[in-house]
Parts: sequence; structure tokens; C-alpha cells
Amino acid sequence: MYFGLSEEQESIQDFVKKFLDDNATVDEIRKIANGEGEEIENNIFEGILNLGINTLLVPEEHRGLGAGLLHAVAVAQSLGSGIGPIPFVGSYVMAPIAINLGGSEDQKKNYLPKIADNAIRFGVGMSEFVGAREDAGIEFSKNKLNGRSLFVLDAEKSDFLILSDKSGGLFVIDSNAKGVVMNKLTTVDKTRTFHEILLKNVDAEILEKTLDNNEIAKKVIDAGRIILSADTLGASEAMVEKAVTYSKERKQFNRTIGSFQAVKHMCAEMAADLEPCYSLVWQAAHSYDTEEISSSRLLACQSKSHISEVAKMISKKATEVHGGMGFTDLLGLHYWFKRIGLNRQILGAPEIVREEAAELQGFNQ
Amino acid sequence: MNLEFGSEYDDFTKEVEKFCKEFSGATITKDDKKFEMHDALSGNASNSSGKSVGRSEWQKILIEKGFFARSIPKEYGGFGGEPDIIKSRIIAGAFAKYKVPNAMGGQGIDMLVPTLLEWGTEEQKQQYIESTLLGKTIWCQGYSEPNAGSDLASLQTKGELVDGNWVINGQKIWTSTAQFSQMMFCLVRTEPQASKHAGISFILIPMDTPGIEIRPLVDMTLKAGFNEVFFDNVTVPEENIVGKRGEGWSVANSVLGHERGSLANPNATLNRLNTLINLMKEETIDGRRLIDVASYRDRLLQIQGKVLAVQANSLRLLSAKINPGQNVKLGGMIQKLVGTELRHELEGLAIDIMGELGTLYEDDPNVRGGGSWQFTYMYFLGLIIGGGTNQIQKNIISERGLGMPREPKVQVEV
Ligand SMILES: Cc1cc2nc3c(=O)[nH]c(=O)nc-3n(C[C@H](O)[C@H](O)[C@H](O)COP(=O)(O)OP(=O)(O)OC[C@H]3O[C@@H](n4cnc5c(N)ncnc54)[C@H](O)[C@@H]3O)c2cc1C
Repeated sequence: MYFGLSEEQESIQDFVKKFLDDNATVDEIRKIANGEGEEIENNIFEGILNLGINTLLVPEEHRGLGAGLLHAVAVAQSLGSGIGPIPFVGSYVMAPIAINLGGSEDQKKNYLPKIADNAIRFGVGMSEFVGAREDAGIEFSKNKLNGRSLFVLDAEKSDFLILSDKSGGLFVIDSNAKGVVMNKLTTVDKTRTFHEILLKNVDAEILEKTLDNNEIAKKVIDAGRIILSADTLGASEAMVEKAVTYSKERKQFNRTIGSFQAVKHMCAEMAADLEPCYSLVWQAAHSYDTEEISSSRLLACQSKSHISEVAKMISKKATEVHGGMGFTDLLGLHYWFKRIGLNRQILGAPEIVREEAAELQGFNQ
Repeated sequence: MNLEFGSEYDDFTKEVEKFCKEFSGATITKDDKKFEMHDALSGNASNSSGKSVGRSEWQKILIEKGFFARSIPKEYGGFGGEPDIIKSRIIAGAFAKYKVPNAMGGQGIDMLVPTLLEWGTEEQKQQYIESTLLGKTIWCQGYSEPNAGSDLASLQTKGELVDGNWVINGQKIWTSTAQFSQMMFCLVRTEPQASKHAGISFILIPMDTPGIEIRPLVDMTLKAGFNEVFFDNVTVPEENIVGKRGEGWSVANSVLGHERGSLANPNATLNRLNTLINLMKEETIDGRRLIDVASYRDRLLQIQGKVLAVQANSLRLLSAKINPGQNVKLGGMIQKLVGTELRHELEGLAIDIMGELGTLYEDDPNVRGGGSWQFTYMYFLGLIIGGGTNQIQKNIISERGLGMPREPKVQVEV
């Protein structure tokens, strides 16, 4: 029995973390956020791709690494802690899982090796399957897609998109196909991109096994939620570390502020609530990789919901520990605050996933 | 990550499950008041329909099977097995699953026995361990004093060695179960010249020694959970000291961490969560089941998230015991803080969702769960304070866990 990340998982985690520490400093993130850092962004993305994150969830027979979701969790933690400004959850987790579970043999052969070879990249839009806002939603008929999809993940500069209709059918379109309009959404989090996609008679193919079977879409959502939990976990860890470090340096009343109990207790509360979240997220991923669906789905919902609540508290308290400095753009703490805030709402905000968890357990009749 | 215990444990698991099926839903006859609190807190099932066994007899059965006191040597009344954390886990898991009453806990079993195993003389081990394991000798912990609570090391109860006996004078307070106990393990200042921490000794005191006066203190649950204990020339033999003179602080601290973990057992919390879920399916408002009320349900699910997180944390701690060298960071240190707050919140939710009915208590004919929701809600506020207050826990986490600076020392006014 061993409960924790393997050496291999820890090592890719460390690589990503180190790479971001060196190459994605707050100044660089700020340039990217302000739209002045395309080259920096490309370099960071290339550097991390060199670590093979695009291959993780592609099965070996399709030239990938065939690793489990826990591997991707290890990476996501580091992306969160270093607010990695790169596509991941959509392109390299949800997309390969969707194709692998939902695709026909031909579809798998067509797409998976190319993901592993970094020849193509996917964006993923499944918000309407979780809960449609406004009039969003897409319709598939006669191999054409029409409609509107919101908060599509990792769509910027993608080659293809996987979009879900409200009932969990998954469809592949070419991002540059005729009839596709992509509008970049302006969210609080500028470290990643989110798009509105408008579709008018766009050529599309359905991932064959998702026809009348929403179980695959659910599995893809489970994985996405666990990865977002891990991203939030990493971002929270970074915020606690920053607060503790700052409290040991900053002096007021001739004392380091970290010697004030009000400050110490805020830090202890953050650390105490965060510590069990590692275990919860890892267990969710492990159970996704090994167990039957029901318990892993409950854990996926509950890690998404629980870590979102803990992280909301952390993002507030860690900012407070920094005083006025915490509120500035200069320090850039807000990039973590916003990343946590965005993860919370995507693929099901806490109340929504808790309601799903209740349904799973047969609580509400 | 690998959560399998391995096939070498299959036979053992079968054996435990067979036993658990036999005693599923069993109750411990309330042969003594002192066990009442223990059962409510350890999440033991109430109003169940299984067998009924006396407490001492139950302890004996569990020891013989190796389901309790597993790694305590046979000559001291234990099972005498190799320490095997996985087996302990299998036992705990199966007992919870089949609602088999847990072995007794309490300060004697959880604190004094490990202390004696580490520090006691051969005579002390022979004399006390077996009867403690069987629940025949109940112990109380005499640490806190009126002026020595969080600042325990400032305690003033005095012990002087006179003609081969310790003569003890002073007062303890908040002493849980003193009124039912045969023995007390007590911290006493025996070296008045030494520094604060180096002047304390750990002494075992029979509670029927002349000069001891016990005054029960009613706590907010309206049970007399703890007591004041006064010592007026209480005389016990010199050999009742555990460890050397002035070593009492180290002796006491070597098992304090143990107490803190056991104050918030995640298995008991999970049992209570399941009981709460059942309650919400049974109770109604305007004919609707409480679990069908969205706001109640959401609070339940929030608590379930926390329970799953502490459960996962305890699995990780288990893993660290099996795999030496595994770093679990603050995983152990946070248990008391997080676990007691969670349990208090969980019990409080049951009261909230029952509304007016949630206020019923004690023997009211309409009270739910035998009054255990209010009782445990309040009792866990006590545990938030006891065993090192949760503010002290936060000091420990921030200073020892996060390496933050200590409080500057205040100049003592003279
Ligand atoms: C249910 C229960 C059972 C108990 N059983 C026993 C027992 O069997 N044997 C025994 O010896 N004792 C027992 N105790 C006593 C318990 O250990 C003490 O109550 C506890 O250590 C706190 O001490 P105090 O009550 O003197 O509070 P105080 O130390 O006076 O604390 C009062 C408040 O001040 C805060 N405070 C104090 N110092 C600090 C600091 N340095 N930093 C921040 N805040 C601080 C505390 O957190 C608390 O909020 C029990 C207590 C309870 C509630």
C-alpha cells in the first residue's frame, strides 16, 4: 500500500514547477496577460511540451505515454502553482480521453497519434452539458453543427474542437472550418483563454460511441474536474507559501508580522484546510484510474467542490497577509486569486457539483 | 499510488469479517456509567439489534482475537502480535462497516499504556497494563490546574519526597472521569529549584488514597464530565514515579501527539455522517424529507467533502507509517484542529436541519438519537478546547509546521 505520488510523477511535477519558476515569472505573466507576450508565451508552451505533457493521456498503441490521470494531476498541480499560461486541461486531458473513450478505431487512429506527436491540438467545449447559460447550446443534424458554445477551453490557436451538446454527444470540428466564429472571452483570469464559439452549418463528425450514450461525456467531465481541482490545489499551495514567506520578511512594530498571532493563525488555518486536499484530489484521480465509476465520480465532484471552497478562503486570507501589497498588480498575487476564482466556476461551480454528488448517491428524489 | 493491502492480507481480512458478521450491531451492556461517554464519542451504534456483551468481557474477546491491544506483549495482557498497521486498519475498517462496537479507549488505554510501555519499570508494566486493557482500572489524567491550562508547564501542585513516599499537595482541574477512576497519572512539581519544564515529575496516584477530594464539575452538556481534584498530604510510594525525577514533561509529551490524533478519529466521523444521512432521509418538514430540501442537502454535501478529505488524509498518514521516509508534510499536525472542528460542524448541522426538534435534549420523549446530536455538538466544543486548544494547535502548525517566528517573550513584571 502506498498513498501518494510515485517518483516518476513527482519528478515530472518538479520539472514543470522548475521550468515555470525560471521562465514564467510574474513579470512575464504580466506581459502575457497584457497581450504583449506572445513570444514569451510560445517559449513557455514549447518548453513544457518538451516535457511531453501532450503525450500523457494518449495510449501507448497510439504513440502516447499511456499514463493515468494521477500523472496529469501531478502536472496540473505545478501548472496551478506556477500559473502556467498554457493550454492543458482541454487539449491534453479532456480531448485525448474523449477521443479514446468515444472515438471509433478510425477516429482514434486519426487523431490520437497526432496529439502525441504534437501535430494537432484540440480545444474542448462542454459547458452546456454541465449547465447551459443564456441560450447557449449546439445542435447536430445531417453532419452539420449549429449553435453556440460558451467557455470553450484551450480553443485559441487550436486545430480542432471537441464540443458537446446538452445531452452529451461529442462532436469534432475543424477550428478553422467555414461557419466557425471564435470570440475570445474577457475573463478575470488572463493566464488561460476561454472562447465563445458560434457555429453555422459547420461540418462535424460525432465521436461514434457518444451517440445516445452520455456516459463518455460524464467521464470526460470527471477527468476535467479532477484536473481543475489539482490546478487549484497548486495555486493554493503557492498562495500559502507566498503568505508565509512574506510574513517572515515584512516588519511592523519592530517585529516580523509573522510573529503576530493574527497572522500566524491565518496561515495555520490556510495550511490546515489545504493539507487534506492533496489526499482528496490524489484519491479522486487514483480512483478514476482504477475503480468503478460511481465512487470515482463522487470523489471527482467532491474534490472539485471542496477544494474550490478551501481555495476561496485561501485566496482571500493569503491576500490579506500581504497587506496593501497583496492588492497590487506589482506583486501579482491576484493572478493566483483569479486562477482559483476561474477554476471554481468552470465545469460546474461548487453548488452544481454538490447537487450532482447528491443525485449520484440517490439523495434527492 | 496503490491502495491494495496485498493478497497476504486476504485471509486475515476474511477472519476479521467473519468475526464482525457474528457481532454485527452488538451493544455493550451499560454495566457502568463511565463507558457511556466513550460509546457516544467513538461513534458506536446506538439502539441496534445485535448481541449484548459486558465491557470487560468484550475487551477480553477482542484481545484474544488480536483485534485490540494487538502489539502489546502477552506478558502484559496484550495479544502479543507484531505491530502491523495494515492489520489494524483492516480491523478498524471492518468494525465500522459491520457496526461492531469498538474496543474501549480513554486516557488509560490511549495514553497511560503507551507511556508505561515506553517509560515504565517492569513492575509498573506488570501491575497496571493488563487491568487497564480489560477496562478494570480506569485512569484519569491530572495535568491541568486552575492557573496552568494552555501554559501547562507552569503547574504548581507540589510533591515532596519524605521517608520514601511522595507527599502531594495542590489542586488539579478539568480532570475527566476522575469520579469513576481507580488511578490518576499526574504531573507534579517535585524540583522547585529547577527551570519550569525540568521541575516536573510523572506520578501514579491511586484515587482512594486518603487526602484526595473529588468535586465533580458539571459541564455544558449537563453531565459531570470532569472534576476538580484536591490533594491534601496525599502520600504514595516513591516507586510510583514514571521516568526519573524532573523527567515528567518528557514522559507526558511522548504520548500527547497520540491523544491529539485520537480526539478526532475519522472513522467515527464517517459513522456519524452516515447516521446524519439516515436522519435526513427519515425526518420531514411539511411532509418533505429533509434531504429533499436543497439548502440542507447542500450543507450535507459540503460536510461530506470535508469528511472525504480527512479520510483521504488519514490514508496518507497510514501510508507514511508503512513506508518509512514518506513525507506527509503537515498531515499529522493538523488532525486535531481540522477533525474536532469538522465533527462539531457535523453534529451542529443535524441540529439545524431538525429546527425546533433539534433543541430537544436528554430524556424528552421526542428527542432524536437519544439526545446524542446536542450532546456531541457540545462535547466537541469541549474537545476544541481540551487536549491543547485549537488556538494552541494553530500556534504549533504555524511555528513548527510553517516555521513562522515565535511570539516575542513578554518581560515578566516584578
Ligand atoms: C472536555 C474537556 C476535558 C478535559 N479533560 C482534561 C483532563 O482529563 N485532564 C486534564 O489535565 N485537563 C483536561 N482538560 C483541560 C484542558 O487541557 C484545558 O482546558 C486546556 O488546555 C486549556 O486550558 P484552560 O482551560 O486553562 O484555558 P486557557 O489556557 O486559559 O485558555 C483560554 C483562551 O486563551 C487562549 N490562549 C491561551 N494561551 C494562548 C496562546 N499562547 N496563544 C493563543 N491563545 C492562547 C486559549 O486558546 C483559549 O481560547 C479538559 C478540558 C476540556 C474542555
